Amino acid sequence: MNGEATEEVIITHKVGLHARPSVKFTKLAKTFPCVIEIATSPDGPWIDAKSIVKVMAARAPEGTRLLMRANGEASLEALAALKGLVERDFDEAHSDASLG
Amino acid sequence: MPASARIKGRPASPGYAEGRIHLARDPGDSDYVPASSAEGEIEALQTAISVAISGLQTLVERAEGDAVDILEFQLAMLADDTFFEVASAKIGEGAQADIAWRYALDEEIAGYLASDDEYFKARSADLTDIRDRVLGALTGAGETVIPAGSIYIGDDLTPSAFLSHDWRGGGIALRRGSATSHVAMLARAAGVPAIVGIGAAGGAEGLEDGVSALLDSEQGVLIAEPDAKERAEFQAAYERYLKTIRDADRNAVQPALTADGERVEIFVNIADPSEVDAIDVATVDGVGLMRTEFLFGGDRGLPDEDDQYAAYRKVLEWADGKPVIIRTADIGGDKPIEGYSVEEDNSFLGMRGIRLSLRRPAVFRQQIRALLRSAPSGRLKVMLPMVSVPDEIDRAIALFEEEARLLETEGVEHAIPEIGIMVEVPSVAVQPARFARAAFFSIGSNDLTQYVLAVSRDNADLSELADPADPSVLALIENVVAVARAQNREVSLCGDAASDTRLVPLLLQTGLRKLSVAASRIGMVKEVVRQWRKAEPAPGLRHTA
Repeated sequence: MNGEATEEVIITHKVGLHARPSVKFTKLAKTFPCVIEIATSPDGPWIDAKSIVKVMAARAPEGTRLLMRANGEASLEALAALKGLVERDFDEAHSDASLG
Repeated sequence: MPASARIKGRPASPGYAEGRIHLARDPGDSDYVPASSAEGEIEALQTAISVAISGLQTLVERAEGDAVDILEFQLAMLADDTFFEVASAKIGEGAQADIAWRYALDEEIAGYLASDDEYFKARSADLTDIRDRVLGALTGAGETVIPAGSIYIGDDLTPSAFLSHDWRGGGIALRRGSATSHVAMLARAAGVPAIVGIGAAGGAEGLEDGVSALLDSEQGVLIAEPDAKERAEFQAAYERYLKTIRDADRNAVQPALTADGERVEIFVNIADPSEVDAIDVATVDGVGLMRTEFLFGGDRGLPDEDDQYAAYRKVLEWADGKPVIIRTADIGGDKPIEGYSVEEDNSFLGMRGIRLSLRRPAVFRQQIRALLRSAPSGRLKVMLPMVSVPDEIDRAIALFEEEARLLETEGVEHAIPEIGIMVEVPSVAVQPARFARAAFFSIGSNDLTQYVLAVSRDNADLSELADPADPSVLALIENVVAVARAQNREVSLCGDAASDTRLVPLLLQTGLRKLSVAASRIGMVKEVVRQWRKAEPAPGLRHTA
């Protein structure tokens, strides 16, 4: 559906939105036509969820409340998919201690 | 330059190497020929980025495992227009393409390096890698060739530089770097010896290109221009190491007997039940620590009793009658769980382990029921984490007894397991005799060390202080072992120290005869045990090996 959507999710992955998760997150975001932005605080800054450089620079560790907003085609679907990815710990095994 | 120089660093990937020193050259010292216009500069930069991307793609095709993830990350960063836009704006202000690109990346790299987070700090090497690939393409300089078998010395090493070189026979010593960096991971996976942090003492200043050197990444030391004695010692240590690796694999299923013929039991630590699928039960004497925090992670929320029961039963059945120590949830500290643990400033001294379990009895009772139900499937022992006063054991045992009575009335099959404790809080290690209700002790050396030395485990800058071989820590371990022995109670150690082959002899010297180790270290630790002989009380009376 078209229009504006907002969503939020807690990052439970041990090392947060780091290299591998950021690759998956931005790749998934790019599959949707709408504009998607994320923030770690309601006051912003809101950053482009399709840019891995900016997503990495947001440095969201484990426990971060990640705010998401989308505007345009498939905005609800986009946020549901991204929320799911974060909730599933980016489909990574829990015991990946070598990166932590 | 003195006859020989010993430079200390920290081990990042185990092994030994002997070769000539290869000092890194700064790829930024280039002779870029500027274009005649801003448009020309932007076009040159665009072309260079494309060349760098295709170079990375070639590497991805050849790479395996973690290397693929690292390169995919770099590819994604490079394909992102953000850096290009910053550089283009700089070119618009009159800068050359190489200066503009360097500006865009250096700003970002500085931000990563300034982070308190070790993980983000370590990613700066990936950004440097991206920067230098594009600079290389701009100037046509290409990659620096590292001669085969050399010992590479540099500030840091980029993952793609690591992956484009054949390291057989060589090694790596980095001035900066960290054991958590991508290159350290890659080096461990590829079996390339590496040490990091050699710049800290300033000792790496006078190193010269091309001189012979020895790299011992078991000790974490680089010796430049070694003398005959140092060479002989190195050779002996290297041969011992090679023999240990060979013997470890061959003899992993054999029991570990010290050189005096004393039996040492080696258990395995597991964090997730699926890990046992890859471990041959014949190589261990049981499970010395099964963590249960995995149940609390991910999308499952708080764990369900039946999920827990299935997980515990799987491991008990795998153990085939050998003992399995399952630790009740050790949440809090460095393992917070949203919606369960408490947010606090000093989490290591706060609401964690048994303290949290006793304050959340509903969740704890579920875990207790799952444990009671799984007990008939094998030799279950239950361990309570973070106990600091005897009352905590009494309260936990009371809950086990209550739940057992309920299961009895419900007619559900169950058994009450032995209940022991982790020894990690100094109050227990100082007076273990007070904790007589514990059926067994298991020393958690990581936490005991951080509490005895007052060093937070998550502060990398203090990692040298957090030494489990500190005499005060060893004295406490010795005390726990002596009391346990006097009271005829089992005592083991399940911290990282048991997996560290340098520390195992010290632990055996305290009297410990049960060690629980990482699955990948079973064979190595057994081999160290076999080479160990109890120190003679009166030196000189008999010869020691």
